[in-house]
Amino acid sequence: MDFINAIVLLLNYTVIPALTYGSQLALGAIFVTLVYGILRFANFATGDMMSFGTMVAVLITFYFQSLGISFGFLPTALLTIPPAVLAMIFYMLFIDKFVFSYYRVKKSPPVQLAMVSVGVMFVTQAIIRIIIGPFDRRFFDGEKFILKANEFKEMTGLNEGLTIKSTQAITIFVTVLVVSIMFWFLNRTKTGTSMRAYSDNEDLALLSGIDPKKVVLITWIIAGILATIGGVLYGLDKSYRPFVYFNNMLPIFAAAIVGGIGNPFGAFLGGYVIAFAEILVTYAYKKFFAYLLPEFMEPDSLMQLLSTDYKFAVSFSILVIVLLFRPSGIFKGKTL
Amino acid sequence: MMQHKNIIAAYSIMILLIIAVGVLQSWTIALTILNYCLISAVMTIGANIQWGYAGLINFGIMGYTALGGLAAVLVNVPPVKEAWKAGGSGMVVSLILIISGVYIIRTVLRKFENSKKRNYIVAAIIIIGFVIVRYISGPAIENIEAIDPAKTGFLGGLGLPIIFSWIVGGLFAAGIAFIVGKIALGLRADYLAIATLLIAEIIVSIIKHEDWLARGVKNVIGLKRPVPYEVDLQGSTWFIDLVEKFHSKKLDVITSLTERQDVLNQLVIDASSVYVKLCLAGLFLTVVIILLILTQKALYSPWGRKMRAIRDNEVAANAMGKNVVKEHLLIFILGSAIVGIAGAMMVTNDGLFTPGSYRPMRYTFVIWVMVIVGGTGNNFGAILGGFVVWFLWVEAAPIALFFINFFTAHLEETNAVKQHLIQSAAYFRFLLVGIGLLIIMRYRPKGLIPEKINIK
Repeated sequence: MDFINAIVLLLNYTVIPALTYGSQLALGAIFVTLVYGILRFANFATGDMMSFGTMVAVLITFYFQSLGISFGFLPTALLTIPPAVLAMIFYMLFIDKFVFSYYRVKKSPPVQLAMVSVGVMFVTQAIIRIIIGPFDRRFFDGEKFILKANEFKEMTGLNEGLTIKSTQAITIFVTVLVVSIMFWFLNRTKTGTSMRAYSDNEDLALLSGIDPKKVVLITWIIAGILATIGGVLYGLDKSYRPFVYFNNMLPIFAAAIVGGIGNPFGAFLGGYVIAFAEILVTYAYKKFFAYLLPEFMEPDSLMQLLSTDYKFAVSFSILVIVLLFRPSGIFKGKTL
Repeated sequence: MMQHKNIIAAYSIMILLIIAVGVLQSWTIALTILNYCLISAVMTIGANIQWGYAGLINFGIMGYTALGGLAAVLVNVPPVKEAWKAGGSGMVVSLILIISGVYIIRTVLRKFENSKKRNYIVAAIIIIGFVIVRYISGPAIENIEAIDPAKTGFLGGLGLPIIFSWIVGGLFAAGIAFIVGKIALGLRADYLAIATLLIAEIIVSIIKHEDWLARGVKNVIGLKRPVPYEVDLQGSTWFIDLVEKFHSKKLDVITSLTERQDVLNQLVIDASSVYVKLCLAGLFLTVVIILLILTQKALYSPWGRKMRAIRDNEVAANAMGKNVVKEHLLIFILGSAIVGIAGAMMVTNDGLFTPGSYRPMRYTFVIWVMVIVGGTGNNFGAILGGFVVWFLWVEAAPIALFFINFFTAHLEETNAVKQHLIQSAAYFRFLLVGIGLLIIMRYRPKGLIPEKINIK
């Protein structure tokens, strides 16, 4: 019984939150990796682009709420994802047309494009802050829990409760859905194959008649979908605050590089690697060991490897270790 | 010749702008802007050495700035004796353990050069060392932080004049840059950018959360200045006489004696803050000039030519027998050290250390915008960039407010859009800087004052 209690404890406090957070990171990381692989630059505006999509979703959610439209027990924000994705794609294409395409045509070095993306980051941040302000906004509505701790305890008779928030279930479900559709698209359709070819070897792809404009367009469309959905899911689970989204760019980059930049599947797993590392290293295992060990061996301290203050630092340290030993990422990405 | 004229013209415009702020707004604001411009100029010199001379992207400016600030605290604050008694020995033992651990790892790395055992042994040493250090330092940290947590709760510093911290800050930053450079410099350009950005974030989070070191997010206030205090100036007769002489025309018009005294008091208060800021500006200007001379000398020395050769064609430079790895590490350390100096200067200027305020937006990306807007590879350009961008960064809000009022003049005061825009006037600085960067990158990719190499 104690053993099951310990497992439930771990599930409740580490595995489920890590899966949720990992899914949110994974979507962002695939976005980074796609832009890096196909458009060939590190996009420092990642966090703010996600923030832009989420901002549109938040605004439409507030509008819907004022009209009295709701989505039953699901959050209204899910209804607003399609228009938000459209707005995001429109914004990205606009930026691409007026900013990025010039350097792409000129074949500027990737560093220059990265610098330009810093400019885009500033502008996007300004637009977001001018439109919605820097404040914390909660836009979650609908049923909050799927499984409450008390219900679980009554059901199973265990000491430890298991809570599943509806946002967690939605996040994992939507992520799996979106990512599987995306992989199907990349691997099985002709357009997807042409995108992979373009990423692999640009000259050869152009020689075989692949239209670069179309590839870029499709890339931004997929990027828009991923960025908006990732951002909205994160906002639903925690809350929407522009500054936090900017900061989220850092673990997302870490996830993309750990997974091997340019490799979408690696980025997907990299998100979970980072999330699990952050949560497992900063979790206090005292109660867990109290269940497993006999009473006289019960630990006095919190049994916490690092305090939760160092959550971000953990993921960055993993990145540094990976860069040291496998510079192309765990799942081979583009070489350095 | 053309180049010189451009530089002189650009700097004169900049100085005129600052004087305009002094006349239109107030001299205190103008001098505050000038001081920050000078500090930014030091940072841009540091970033420019790395990016302009050697083509290394360092997005970790924030981390080195924070290290400089930490140095200012550790040098200036008097030591907290009780804290040393309570936990000093534990911390010293931990430090010795960490240093010896590093040495053991180094010897292991040398002994087992090509074996798989190496990584496991190193990992085991790190894990065991981590547990031991935590076991020893844990109670020590608790004891230190328990001592008068509202005021101290940390080990304190050396109690020396803060000006020494400028050198110490540079050394701190250089030391960390050595480690970071060893880890990250082999990476390709954009990976290096990401890696340094994340490492800077680690450095700042350590400074933020290790309360025993510098109080963390509880901030350290009341650092002693290297220049006189306003209150002392207001009480000293020579200063009052000076102000009286300076404003004699204005004062002579006033006949009533009490009124004259009131006006004089107000003038003395204003003048004291201006005087303090001028003193600081003098100190900062000295640092900027010294660094400028040194970096200019370096740029036109054989060493500078070597760096440019490495930047422009790494492979060719390597083939010519230049040690690219070593030079990259050297320049990474030098640039970071200069940024560390700037960090210490900034804390000196503010008189307080607030680790929570170190954010990548303000301390990394804005500095990079300065370097790119000013002119990469050209020290005069980089410094000008520091001035221009910081000026815009500060004055963007008033400018934006003016334009908002101008364009919405026909709307009523209660109009929702107008009110919203006025409230968010402060965020137009992001827009201004971002669009400025995009325009410069597109139409003048080499910056306002581009790099020019005269071959003598």
